[in-house]
Amino acid sequence: MFEYYVSLLVKAIFVENMALAFFLGMCTFLAVSKKVDAALGLGIAVVVVQVITVPVNNLIYNNLLREGALVWTGMEGAESIDLSFLGYLSYIGVIAAMVQILEMFLDKFVPALYNALGVFLPLITVNCAILGASLFMVERDYTFGESVVYGAGAGIGWALAIVALAGIREKLKYSDVPKGLEGLGITFVTVGLMSLGFMSFSGVQL
Amino acid sequence: MADTPKSVIVSPIFANNPIALQILGICSALAVTSSLSVAIVMGIAVCLVTAFSSMFISMIRNQIPSSIRIIVQMTIIASLVIVVDQMLKAYAYETSKQLSVFVGLIITNCIVMGRAEAYAMKNGPVMSFIDGIGNGLGYTVVLLFVGFIRELFGSGSLFGIQILEKINDGGWYLPNGMMLLPPSAFFIIAGFIWLIRTWQPAQNESAEFKIAPNTQVKEAV
Repeated sequence: MFEYYVSLLVKAIFVENMALAFFLGMCTFLAVSKKVDAALGLGIAVVVVQVITVPVNNLIYNNLLREGALVWTGMEGAESIDLSFLGYLSYIGVIAAMVQILEMFLDKFVPALYNALGVFLPLITVNCAILGASLFMVERDYTFGESVVYGAGAGIGWALAIVALAGIREKLKYSDVPKGLEGLGITFVTVGLMSLGFMSFSGVQL
Repeated sequence: MADTPKSVIVSPIFANNPIALQILGICSALAVTSSLSVAIVMGIAVCLVTAFSSMFISMIRNQIPSSIRIIVQMTIIASLVIVVDQMLKAYAYETSKQLSVFVGLIITNCIVMGRAEAYAMKNGPVMSFIDGIGNGLGYTVVLLFVGFIRELFGSGSLFGIQILEKINDGGWYLPNGMMLLPPSAFFIIAGFIWLIRTWQPAQNESAEFKIAPNTQVKEAV
């Protein structure tokens, strides 16, 4: 059992890297990767939010939304109630609420961390990597335990990718890039090459 | 820029392209472009969601308290995406299977939120609707450009119709498998940005550092 979770974690971090294999969270990925410090802060914030939201969304999906999930209420005809079309609305609501709660919690109890992450927390609400992980969790029908591990893996993978890109970009700004490719263009090429590198993990069988 | 309906619709396509210039909405642009028909469906979906969400948000913009506006915008956008998703599942089931989670990810597509925040909160419903269409089109153009190249060179076909005869089927064309892999999308978008910026140099970003010319090393004595 333990081995299964480890392989799920490794798979989520490397083989199915959120940023480099599925291109999720690209907007923030490109915008906040100019400095390693900022990238690291955002990466940690993403890991924290992923670990919380994916399991919470898993509970919501399994206990409220999926077909027949409302049987526990004892309502008549509950077996045929299928609320899964409300999924998007609930997941994004959970994510927005979680980010807000996390922000208030950190502000009250861990001010140092709040000051470090403060700017990035609101950005996370609209980060597709977060919503994407929840949607993949639903699509693949993970159990609660799997969803915790998957959330952690997805977050760590994304954080790893953004820190690596920030490291490359810090060096890249001293290089002579053709006009027109400067800035955004060359960043795309860099990410493409990184993504090629990560493809080598796709053959890994776990 | 004068806000005539025409300029609002045309300018986001090339001059102020949401993907190439504003770095918005890239996530889905990369993932759904390995075939042209999927790219078109995605483009239309984003167009509709952006247009209608901008319109509805603009209609109630004076009633939304600014502290909770993000949640209100999210709710409107998510509801529209649910409608689009249900429509796709009903009428284009195969395509919706291929798009998998990316229909849902329109919710967090920065173009939709960006336009709601930057344009719809300040302008009337009709102009916001047109602005949404324009930005959706700008997104669709990039999607089609990337999808065209990837499908033509990756599998030798367009819209699933064989254009270049593949060697496996007795033709002459050896498909470039790299084009079907995700990283190629990055290179093609980089090329697209390069093209647009060569054509409109005003969009160039200035370099953070200027490289000094090499200086000749002279002997001390």
